[in-house]
Amino acid sequence: MAVRSTITTLFQEVAREQQRQLAPLTDDLKLLQCGLDSLSFALIVARLEDALGYDPFDTAESFPVTFGDFVRLYEARAA
Amino acid sequence: MALWDSVVGAAAARGGALIGPARAVPLASLARASCLGGRLEALQGRSVVVAIRDQLTAAIALLELDGVAKRMVLCTPDLSPEHLPHVARSAQADTWLGDASSGAPPAAAGLDFAVEADSEPVPLPHPADRTAYQLRTEWVLLTSGTTGAPKLVAHTASSLTSAFAGQRAEEGGAPVWSTFYDIRRYGGLQIYLRALLAGSLMLSSAGEATSDFLARAAAAGVTHISGTPSHWRKALMSGAAERFSPAYVRLSGEIADQGILDALRAAFPRAVVAHAFASTEAGVGFEVRDGQAGFPAALAGRTDGGVELDVSRGTLRIRSPGNASAYLGAGAPMLKDTEGFVDLGDRLELRDGRYYFVGRSGGIINVGGLKVHPEEVEAVINSHPLVRMSLVRSRRNPITGAVVAADVVLTDGAGAGREQTADERIRREILEACRATLAAHKVPALIRFVPALEMSASGKLVRPSA
Repeated sequence: MAVRSTITTLFQEVAREQQRQLAPLTDDLKLLQCGLDSLSFALIVARLEDALGYDPFDTAESFPVTFGDFVRLYEARAA
Repeated sequence: MALWDSVVGAAAARGGALIGPARAVPLASLARASCLGGRLEALQGRSVVVAIRDQLTAAIALLELDGVAKRMVLCTPDLSPEHLPHVARSAQADTWLGDASSGAPPAAAGLDFAVEADSEPVPLPHPADRTAYQLRTEWVLLTSGTTGAPKLVAHTASSLTSAFAGQRAEEGGAPVWSTFYDIRRYGGLQIYLRALLAGSLMLSSAGEATSDFLARAAAAGVTHISGTPSHWRKALMSGAAERFSPAYVRLSGEIADQGILDALRAAFPRAVVAHAFASTEAGVGFEVRDGQAGFPAALAGRTDGGVELDVSRGTLRIRSPGNASAYLGAGAPMLKDTEGFVDLGDRLELRDGRYYFVGRSGGIINVGGLKVHPEEVEAVINSHPLVRMSLVRSRRNPITGAVVAADVVLTDGAGAGREQTADERIRREILEACRATLAAHKVPALIRFVPALEMSASGKLVRPSA
């Protein structure tokens, strides 16, 4: 749960900084339809690495497509 | 021979088209239609700033202008109007070529002759007679410079096509190419020229969603497609790659890591996944098709095929017919070293018979295919009254390849009697200053306050090599 709330907070923080309208973060929301661009995702992943201490993309076999996939990618590594 | 003669003449037999988001233009139709029409004659021998906004119109105009203009400067769609005077002056341009949406040239650019291209090719009263148009036109590309003003890099049609001119056509019919790049950038221009000489090209469209672009590519029967690793990561994240099955997937413009190569092989099992090393200045160095990151050590020192790669100084140096000829403009640096090699400072490391890229010696940061010069960002950070100095560096990132990170030394030393809230306030002010003056990809993703930065004996900041 802590991982999910950290991720949600960072999505909101980066959306605000980048002045982008963030869609409601449901698990089936497609990442590319959430209102953020690649640079915003790059910022989120960089700050998550600082906050959580890991970057699950280095061993990920597939790229996350939905917000739910994204959260699961990070939760799987935390577990 | 001008490009038009090799392309349009052959297109009657070979086919081929330029496919835009809203319309397609068969190459053969350009024998009897033109976006420049009767204005072509007046453009003869001129140095032209090509500021056309629409990519399809620009694609046609470049084809028509080769052989006619003395020089054409390919303005990228994101070129800031404030840099136009510098661009026009450096290129010694005398002419502006725009379209309906580009507006008039700024007065400061000093371009007193302006021509507007038609957005659609307009039928000509007679088939085009281009026998008089045989100039060796210079193609000038813009690439980002240390100060924010672009650098001008001079090529010709022959240097730009040297990586594939004379290559045998691939089996399985004429390829339909596409690229995530705009064709006014080197990576996109390569694909445009390949497609002109053999096949068709589907153009990207600014602002189009990745999933819409890939759906359009699937519908247009695109077989060969290129982009940066960052473009491809975004494509995989869109989920739309599942409905698209190209034969050839190319990565260039950034270091292709093993992760993205493996992900693309899994997503496109029937495609050849190739990564190429190319730059605006050096041209195409090589293409690797074995699915592995880096490149085989055997490629270094080879001299066949006209491209020589030299690694003896720890960076990749390239000497080839694909090299640009020069940087243009007063006080422009030399493009080639005394041995005729182009060295952009891409540092290499040898491991198990392969060379891997480990960053730029000049410290240039590549954020999703867009270059960032650390000095440019440091200048903004250092303008904060409480900042003594800063070091901007690259931080690896799985989405854009890298992001910008900054180490900052404050005038009162880090943490010395300062509250946490003061740090936060300074961080916020630095970021606000960066956002106000720099493009979004140049704004630091992370700012760290440090007590000191390492200096070299000569008093320069020690920059990390990766």
